[in-house]
Amino acid sequence: MHMNKILLIIQREYITRVLKKSFWISSLLAPVLITVIYAIPIWLAMKDKEVKRVEILDLSGLWKQSDLEDKEVEFVFTAGKEQELKMSFASKGYDAFVSIPEDVLTNPKGVHIYSAKNIGMSLKESIEKIIQNKVRHELLLKSGISPQIYESTQVDIDSKTITVSTDGQETRSSSGGAMILAGIMGIVLYFTLLNYGSQVMNGVIEEKSSRIIEVIISSVKPYQLLLGKIIGVGLVGLTQFLLWIVLTIGLTQITSKFYGEKVKNNITQIKKIDSGKQSNISSKSEEESPMSEVTKVLESTNIPMIIAAFLFYFFVGYMLYSSLFAAIGSAVESATEAQQFTFIVMIPIILSFLMAQYTMQDPDSTIAFWASMIPFTSPINMMVRLPYGVPAWELILSMTLLVLGFLGCSWLSARIYRVGILMYGKKVTWKELGKWLFYKG
Amino acid sequence: MILSVRQVVKKYSDHLALDHIDLEIPRAKIFGLLGPNGAGKTSLIRIINQITAPDSGQIIFDGEPLSAKHVDQIGYLPEERGLYKKMKVGDQLLYLAQLKGMSKSEAISKLKDWFIRLDIKDWWNKPVDDLSKGMQQKTQFIATVVHEPKLLILDEPFSGFDPINANMLKDEILSIKERGTTILFSTHRMETVEELCDDIALINQSRVVLAGEKVEVQNRYKQNTFKIRYLGNLPLELKGIEILSVNDQSATLKLAVGVSSNQAISQIISHVDLLEFQEIIPSFNDIFIQVVNETNAYE
Repeated sequence: MHMNKILLIIQREYITRVLKKSFWISSLLAPVLITVIYAIPIWLAMKDKEVKRVEILDLSGLWKQSDLEDKEVEFVFTAGKEQELKMSFASKGYDAFVSIPEDVLTNPKGVHIYSAKNIGMSLKESIEKIIQNKVRHELLLKSGISPQIYESTQVDIDSKTITVSTDGQETRSSSGGAMILAGIMGIVLYFTLLNYGSQVMNGVIEEKSSRIIEVIISSVKPYQLLLGKIIGVGLVGLTQFLLWIVLTIGLTQITSKFYGEKVKNNITQIKKIDSGKQSNISSKSEEESPMSEVTKVLESTNIPMIIAAFLFYFFVGYMLYSSLFAAIGSAVESATEAQQFTFIVMIPIILSFLMAQYTMQDPDSTIAFWASMIPFTSPINMMVRLPYGVPAWELILSMTLLVLGFLGCSWLSARIYRVGILMYGKKVTWKELGKWLFYKG
Repeated sequence: MILSVRQVVKKYSDHLALDHIDLEIPRAKIFGLLGPNGAGKTSLIRIINQITAPDSGQIIFDGEPLSAKHVDQIGYLPEERGLYKKMKVGDQLLYLAQLKGMSKSEAISKLKDWFIRLDIKDWWNKPVDDLSKGMQQKTQFIATVVHEPKLLILDEPFSGFDPINANMLKDEILSIKERGTTILFSTHRMETVEELCDDIALINQSRVVLAGEKVEVQNRYKQNTFKIRYLGNLPLELKGIEILSVNDQSATLKLAVGVSSNQAISQIISHVDLLEFQEIIPSFNDIFIQVVNETNAYE
């Protein structure tokens, strides 16, 4: 019988919220935003593929047409006076005009780039790069160093972090990607704890200020109403996560499929132009994008474990905070009156978010350890540490402490709540709240 | 008895709200719980509704000690009452009825009956926000009675009702009583007490200061005074009768102890032509004020 009534309350709390427009807006908006953030770099990269035409006046005679092969810029040699050419290149349909002085090897600053409009950064960079490479090449030859030797000294250290667990098992991980994953989870937890916690508080205030509370608690016990409300709102949160995950994966898949075709076409075109010379450029740049970093981490971490831990830390952390929010809601009669008390609950949430910045930089520090153990700060900080790898005993201890913290907070909150919901017209103080803890029946 | 309250004590941090309260509420009657504001009525009602627990004492509901299972057999309309503003009337009543232990199908069919009965058939899908105050009161009343409780507790039910809705409510209360439900009525409006109640209890300063059947209580507070209307000249002195006031062919008399009304009448008709002879029954308003003042003075 009691179970049934709690289920009824959960159902009402869940359905009234899921049917709200604002729920769907936030559920849809976040995945769309993420997809846009994901798609913009790809789109921009493709936009830039448009070939620019540049007229070049090489007085030094060092450059040959074969030195000037570029997928984005087409160079055309010209002859004449710099003074005249810089006035006429635009009318001939060129995007820019480059003049290279005779003494370019001793005076590299003598190179001038003229453009009609403001020249794009990428065009400027590709022109400079091409000139630089040639100048360097010539200078190396002059000083007797073979360009091959020089190439071999250009070492690119792409450090791969390898996590070694105590049993000697090695997992490849990339700390850059772990940082992104940790950051995303930390931010999502921060906002959802605050959002759903205050939703519970506002629900309690609504019941109290509309005076339906007395009718409800003549049918069910206050703790049943409180429990039903917290679980119902929590399920709304879980539903939102589910929607976010499914929609984000779905939308980004569609986007990458859509762009995937176009990118492929583009690469083959470039290949034709470059005659296979620079075919590894596009694949290399793809590897370096932050998205693929995250993918790399996802491959090297235990995803089901991370998801399970995330849901656990969200739900139990949310229950802990929302029970406190509910206690505040029960003590006041309006949202504005609640403000004087909510800061005390918001401080630990904000604090754990700030601590998470340190945790992210040094996930094995003492601060990070304690932040991920103390029940109030552990949901955000443990989730931030988790992608970097955390010993099992620490995870279990942290989860146990969080559950104990929740039980303690909900006990305190329930005692304040049962008195608060029936208190009207009384200016509530901290001292008063303390007294309520010890009221009988 | 549907409800017996025995020696119930409730103390809040700084004052005694209920001081050894005893009440017997008979089945299928309308019981008026009277008392000035702050006397302890709401505290008692909350204890009967198991919203709060007494510090000591016992409550017997329908022959058993009051327990959680009885919640579904009690209907409660609080003085300060509200609804979920964003919910539709039908959904809201369905929810409240289910919280009182009704099955969904049973609740729907009973609610439909009530919607027809109170002539609000097309309200089911209206949000509560769109209802007038009177409409909300009808909705609240349905929520209180739809699960057919054995005991109906109404705390100041008429406050805020317009005369038409108040009349409707009165009729509904009487017909619910006809069907065997006991109604516990908390009020300080004496007109409704005189009109509706079978029994009363008056609480003042946390104690029951007067209780019993309405008629019996009134008899207890009769002053043996009568009102007469007559033609002729009433003499200034009558044997065993004190003339309290005279006013143009009518007078108020007080009979001395041992003088019967027949004796009084035979004396009066020997002087004047008696048109009317009526005992003055004390109003509950007078009783209320008298008892409250007496107990306050005693304090």
